[in-house]
Amino acid sequence: MPLTRLKNMKKSTKSKIITYGIVIVFYLVVQILSGAGLTSSSFEGQLVPICAYVVLAVSLNLTVGFLGELSLGHAGFMSAGAFSGVLVWTVLNQNAPTWLAVLLAFIVGGCVAGLFGFLIGIPVLRLSGDYLAIVTLAFGEIIKNVINACYLGYDSKGIHFSLKDAASMGLEADGTTLINGAMGITRIKTVSTFTIGIVLVLLSLFVIINLINSRAGRAITAIRDNEIAAQSVGINLTKYKLMAFVTSAVFAGLAGVLYGLNYSSLVARRFDYNTSIQILVFVVLGGMGNLRGSIIAAALLTVLPEMLRGLDDYRMLIYAVVLIVMMIFNQSPQMIAWRKRIAERFKGFRKSDAKKKEVA
Amino acid sequence: MALLEVSNLGIAFGGLQAVSQLDLSIEKGHLYGLIGPNGAGKTTVFNMLTGVYRPTEGNIVLDGKDITGKSPEVISKAGIARTFQNIRLFSEMSVLDNVKVALHNQVRYSMATGILRLPSFKEKEHEMNRRAHKLLQIFDLDGECNLKASQLPYGKQRKLEIARALGTNPKLLLLDEPAAGMNPNETEELMQTVRSVRDQFGIAILLIEHDMNFVMGICEEITVLDYGRVIARGDGKSIRNNPKVIAAYLGGD
Repeated sequence: MPLTRLKNMKKSTKSKIITYGIVIVFYLVVQILSGAGLTSSSFEGQLVPICAYVVLAVSLNLTVGFLGELSLGHAGFMSAGAFSGVLVWTVLNQNAPTWLAVLLAFIVGGCVAGLFGFLIGIPVLRLSGDYLAIVTLAFGEIIKNVINACYLGYDSKGIHFSLKDAASMGLEADGTTLINGAMGITRIKTVSTFTIGIVLVLLSLFVIINLINSRAGRAITAIRDNEIAAQSVGINLTKYKLMAFVTSAVFAGLAGVLYGLNYSSLVARRFDYNTSIQILVFVVLGGMGNLRGSIIAAALLTVLPEMLRGLDDYRMLIYAVVLIVMMIFNQSPQMIAWRKRIAERFKGFRKSDAKKKEVA
Repeated sequence: MALLEVSNLGIAFGGLQAVSQLDLSIEKGHLYGLIGPNGAGKTTVFNMLTGVYRPTEGNIVLDGKDITGKSPEVISKAGIARTFQNIRLFSEMSVLDNVKVALHNQVRYSMATGILRLPSFKEKEHEMNRRAHKLLQIFDLDGECNLKASQLPYGKQRKLEIARALGTNPKLLLLDEPAAGMNPNETEELMQTVRSVRDQFGIAILLIEHDMNFVMGICEEITVLDYGRVIARGDGKSIRNNPKVIAAYLGGD
């Protein structure tokens, strides 16, 4: 009975269930395997970054795939979220229950990244195409460099801040340095777990899938397809562009918090344009406007370099070859036609199978 | 008071005066034509009426409200909808969604309602679907509502653009060459549709068209533009015999 119900369901609902299903099945399989002691420690170390990158790819897909604007500053929002979230965590973790401190870290990280998205979005979204890409790239680098020059600490007298060096903060002897310039935040009590990561992945999917299948999401997609026509049917371009951009930044920030809380130290250098481009690669490979593709591409390409570690010098070469092969498999018209043929043959097979059963 | 009052409208791009001293008065429930040789400034007039261009002189008053130089979004909300000469559909979205986008300001719910799927979400989406299907039925597109807009044949894309424009619940509909690229049968059918849209919705329609049979066949008043100026105005018969119009189309002085 439930099977026929699945058949009669709307296509979008079905695809939604499959997407959530992939994530949940992945979670369960990993839990079972690690429970049975079948996973290596290096793989387990990859689980949180996988979740972080999946969230980053899914959220960037909202800007690139659904709004249709090429943004190269995603790592900037990730770092804004990571630093603010980790700061909240380090300050609170002695005085508040762990769950509350973690929750607040995520909320603050997401909000700060969203605020950055809003402030940067207002000037940047007046541009489009290559110009927008370049300016977002620049903003990402600015965020990184500003954090790199930040010195922040507190003592009995209050909070101290400097953009010059650690000494000019003027901390008392009993003071604590929170952010130490290019050294970033150190001695973080790591708290991220695979479970938190999966919850965040599901949350980001829930928000973004529901958003794009609603009135606001249709407005965003309409802007992508034809800005002039969208405006002519009464859509407020600024509002919906900002909505997509800020939502995307909030989830980049949340992913940043998840990532930051997974390591004992956090440096701004980690979030440079290479990271932004890496996230963009996930989105392009998985298919723009295809969330399931983003999830799979982000997970595979995060694990791959680690798996190829044994190959030393050839590692990046093979990584590049895999990128090209995946690109051809996903996007080349011949491959798409081939995949369709295979799928149809498979369907036909099942139908004839069903007929046989009826006869029997 | 007419539905749309345009007085002394003009626009210059640098040194080029594209349109000047245009007066236009449009009444509710009537069909108007705007014709003229290529480059006469017809589409420029549409672009000024819909806020794509900001006029450099003159006034546009819709239903007693001055909308001169307002943004396309505001003008759409005020009640002018349009189609485009070179079709501008949301090509990667479904036919149904194209119309649902146009219902954006007719059926409203917040971003949070959409994300959290609050109870009103289902109700509002249901209403949107109902209204969108109804519009698609008028243009005989309901059977193709799940196709991508770009998968429709050309003639149907033109129809979908009209359906989408009607989704914004306009008082005035501007059609920019609706019959372009259609064969005589399709043109004949489109004429019927345009008429029935006017009757059914009780709106005013202003259209640009090169197909004279089409224009003469359905428009009650025709305005002829040449070099950005009105050279003639009247019903089909008087336009057909106007020497200025003949000269503008066939050359000579």
